[in-house]
Amino acid sequence: MNILTTWLRALLPELTVTDAQLGEDLTLRGIAVEGIHDLGSGNGSLFEMDITTNRVDAMNHYGVAREAATIYGLTLAPGAAPLPAAHPAAAPFPVRIEAEDACGRFTARVLRQIKIAPTSSVNGPISSFASRMFTLLEQKQISNAVDASNFAWLAMGQPTHAFDLDKIHGGIVVRRARKGETLKTLDGVERALDPEDLIVADHAKPLALAGVMGGWETMITPATTNVLVEAAWFDPVAVRRTARRHGLHTDASHRFERGADFAAAPLASAIVSALLLENGGHCEGDLVDLQIPAIAARTANRPPVALALAQVHRLLGQTHDSEGIATATVESILSGLGCGLVPQTESGTGEAWLVTLPSWRLDLEREIDLIEEIARVHGYNRFANTLPAFSGAVAARPGAAAESLLRFTLRAAGVHEAIGSTFCSADDAALTEPQPRAAVPLENPLSAEAGLLRPSLIPSMLAMLGGNLHRDIADVRLFELGTVFADASPRSASAGRAAEQLIERVEESLSLAIGLAGSVAEDGLVAALELDFFHLKGIVEQLVACFAAQSVLFDTFPSDCALTPAWLHPFRSARLSVNGLTLGWLGELHPREAAARKFRSRVLVAELAVDRLLTLPLRRPALRELSHFQPVRRDFSLLVPGRLCWADLDRAIAALGIPEILDWRLREILATGPGIPADHQALLVSITFQAADRTLRDDELQAFTAAILAATERLGIRLRASGTQ
Amino acid sequence: MTQPASTTDATFAALESEVRRAAAQLASAEAVENFRLDWLGRKQGRLKRLSESLLASAAIEEKKQIGQRFNALKTLVEAELETALERTRGSLWSDQSLRRERIDVTLPGTRRQIGAEHPITRTMNELVAIFAALGYSVGVGPQVETDYYNFESMNFPPGHPARDTQDTLVVAGQQRRAPRDRLLLRTHTSPVQMRTMEQQPPPVRIVIPGKVHRNDAADATHSPVFHQVEGLCVDKGITFSDLKGTLDHAMKALFGSSVRTRFFPSFFPFTEPSADVQISCIFCVGKGCRRCKQSGWIELLGCGMVDPAVFAFAAEKQPAYDPRLISGFAFGMGVERIAMMKYGIREIGQFYSGDMRFLEQFA
Ligand SMILES: [Zn+2]
Repeated sequence: MNILTTWLRALLPELTVTDAQLGEDLTLRGIAVEGIHDLGSGNGSLFEMDITTNRVDAMNHYGVAREAATIYGLTLAPGAAPLPAAHPAAAPFPVRIEAEDACGRFTARVLRQIKIAPTSSVNGPISSFASRMFTLLEQKQISNAVDASNFAWLAMGQPTHAFDLDKIHGGIVVRRARKGETLKTLDGVERALDPEDLIVADHAKPLALAGVMGGWETMITPATTNVLVEAAWFDPVAVRRTARRHGLHTDASHRFERGADFAAAPLASAIVSALLLENGGHCEGDLVDLQIPAIAARTANRPPVALALAQVHRLLGQTHDSEGIATATVESILSGLGCGLVPQTESGTGEAWLVTLPSWRLDLEREIDLIEEIARVHGYNRFANTLPAFSGAVAARPGAAAESLLRFTLRAAGVHEAIGSTFCSADDAALTEPQPRAAVPLENPLSAEAGLLRPSLIPSMLAMLGGNLHRDIADVRLFELGTVFADASPRSASAGRAAEQLIERVEESLSLAIGLAGSVAEDGLVAALELDFFHLKGIVEQLVACFAAQSVLFDTFPSDCALTPAWLHPFRSARLSVNGLTLGWLGELHPREAAARKFRSRVLVAELAVDRLLTLPLRRPALRELSHFQPVRRDFSLLVPGRLCWADLDRAIAALGIPEILDWRLREILATGPGIPADHQALLVSITFQAADRTLRDDELQAFTAAILAATERLGIRLRASGTQ
Repeated sequence: MTQPASTTDATFAALESEVRRAAAQLASAEAVENFRLDWLGRKQGRLKRLSESLLASAAIEEKKQIGQRFNALKTLVEAELETALERTRGSLWSDQSLRRERIDVTLPGTRRQIGAEHPITRTMNELVAIFAALGYSVGVGPQVETDYYNFESMNFPPGHPARDTQDTLVVAGQQRRAPRDRLLLRTHTSPVQMRTMEQQPPPVRIVIPGKVHRNDAADATHSPVFHQVEGLCVDKGITFSDLKGTLDHAMKALFGSSVRTRFFPSFFPFTEPSADVQISCIFCVGKGCRRCKQSGWIELLGCGMVDPAVFAFAAEKQPAYDPRLISGFAFGMGVERIAMMKYGIREIGQFYSGDMRFLEQFA
């Protein structure tokens, strides 16, 4: 919306500040001037305004001038000069309001012997002023009838309408439309009316969509000589519904929807009439003014609001100047805004008032609204900066420490944190099957590919990996710690997931995805090493090791039992379970998916259910007494049949329960070599022995070795060679 | 095939004398090292080869005896090596000798890459820490909210444009439900204010970091997904000047002590009085530049005193939220916007691209 300072100065003859100062002072009081354009010498400036929706009263020149008058304590010039005396009428023009719930006020003024002409060709103080304002606003001038209405709109933000009086049959009735009625509106569209539509009709037919748009038939034309000027107050909801139903959004509907000034109709009618009369003609009879008291009572005549100075101080606090908000400040600000203040003299409560509210400020209803006005007009920046006293403690959010440890561990492993899309496609969701619960569709997705709330972080992780790989960034190491969503509505067991079932509850869980591709950080002169499953597993193991767990298991399922998620390579992936609970999956991306996404390098992905991980306590370091005695390491080269896996051997050693076994490690895997039979591999395992209280003797070590060999023997594992180093 | 014990004895005796002879002749540190490699080298050392050849062909019953002789030989080698090292140590540490170990210290260091904290996480953590120091605990809430928490209890009137699907992403098929129960993606972190007040009576000081969504077209500075940090402080006697002081302090902590703040009247359904806060431009220090559109100020956050109507909703579950007795303020800021300012990021989309080249700069 644009405002001319020339127009403001016409309304505020005593205004002396510069346009720039005026712009700044208005802005600091919430009437934001976004841009100031100099219109050349003598023409003032054009203010580009950005006014919040609650201040619809200030979206016009009179409204902005009223704000300025309050700021500077000036007197506002009257909005319109008195109209010339009216010719007597035989009877007042007949107006009836049937829709008393939706039309609070209707004024009608009869003008006769009017000459329709371009405003710029009309001579008179108002029309020449209007003509100049239109020029400065670069607003097209059409005719004195249209321009008169536009002028009143720009001046006061009050919609008005002029009817060709001779086309009105009988008189005006404001009512709801009847079934089957039609109306051709000013835009030339023939509209079927709905019984809910609020209309202005005559005794025979609809004339206009009330507060939205006039009708074609009663439109002012160059042939018009007699005019009926309407200025009214229509209910916001009624206007909004009518406008919506007909897909219309007009200046008038915009204002009525946000609440018009109940008291403004006579003044707006006078402005329009005065402009028209400058080209000849006369008023006939007095202004017909019908008001519905019930609506007046909730607009112009709202009950006064009690305001206590103590409340002002309690909520606003300290100002920079030591006297703070004084009684006089409250009174001058509120009366400047159009409020009436009646001091209350009840003892003991301090200064207090009963405040009547201006008709144009429907946003003012409560004491707090008045306190806001006081703060606003006084100036927010005149309040001091204070810090409230605090006693109490800051509570740590449950899980925050664990989440931060997970992030730390991932970053220490060289993995960067990423944030991916919250949404995914149906194809993406299928990729994450089998999922125990259904994905949540959106009513109005951003795009067809983003129709679901992600049930897993894998789709967004793959998209981010792809983004890098397709940019020829070979080494990618990303993680995302984010929310996944599932439909958690109660379901009858038999119903399954029917499309029409209502989504009553959405479960959100914290999930972690890790995506790796390329090589282990290649830096300096260290040779690059291609990332594989075991790097990913190592990271996952380190994450799990942050928590105290009784059992940590990586296992696999036969490919035909459809338990492994579709995104994983069925033979290069594993499930992670901790304390018997599935915690996630990890492995190589299924080659089918890799091909579909044109990934040329090996991609590793994992997803862990962090919520479940967070149910475990963080692992606290449990210290082992350090031994003063020498550890002894023995290496075993073991021939392991292909049907066994490392975990079998690992468990067998653990099961021995020999306290002197400090540690055992896999050093080397040989698939072929001298003395390695087919379908076997040789594993070099080194075992370290140490006792807390003595140096281990040779015979003890031999006994341990024998026990280890006996245990492995039972699995079918033989010794290939042994040696000491 | 097995070897007679006497052959084994002879072999070991010959080796032992060879070790003694060779060790006695070692005169330099280099020679000692060569001796070590010759006998004890892990891959090609003679002892290693010896143990393989002897043990491979030995009968089980001989293995123990061979093992003992072998260990005796190994002990001898180690002892002789120690003596020779002692003898040649001086030459080992001579400049001339150490010079051969010279390295080019200007070669690049071998670094272990550390993963980067996402700039959004980093900025949120920074904000949370600033408010934690002022006594604020962290509050969180769901991203899928009900209309009640997102709008109704935040005092949005029924017809408010924000409630339109033009602005809000909603879960499918919710039209059949009562308006207040309808599920949507929260458009701000404010619902956590209400959830917190319902859970605990005043005083409350919480800071709420979180992800929010709007049905917005993406451009350089807008994204349908973004993050907010919101704060709520409720107690007896909390004032508008407390709100000003708190945010002025927070902005100084975030951007440096020379930053100034300016408060403008604004409008939010859940606060009254409401304010927009500008900070003096951190790029031009208030002189006026392209980033601040020559104004010297940058708008950064919205705030206000908690509207009594919001307290009335909270009071349905916690009667202590009586607006006649307590008061409070709330504020909210866009994390992306702050991160973009702090790090000079031009495209908001980079936050969600997972682009390694972007992310690794935050390591
Ligand atoms: Zn600047």
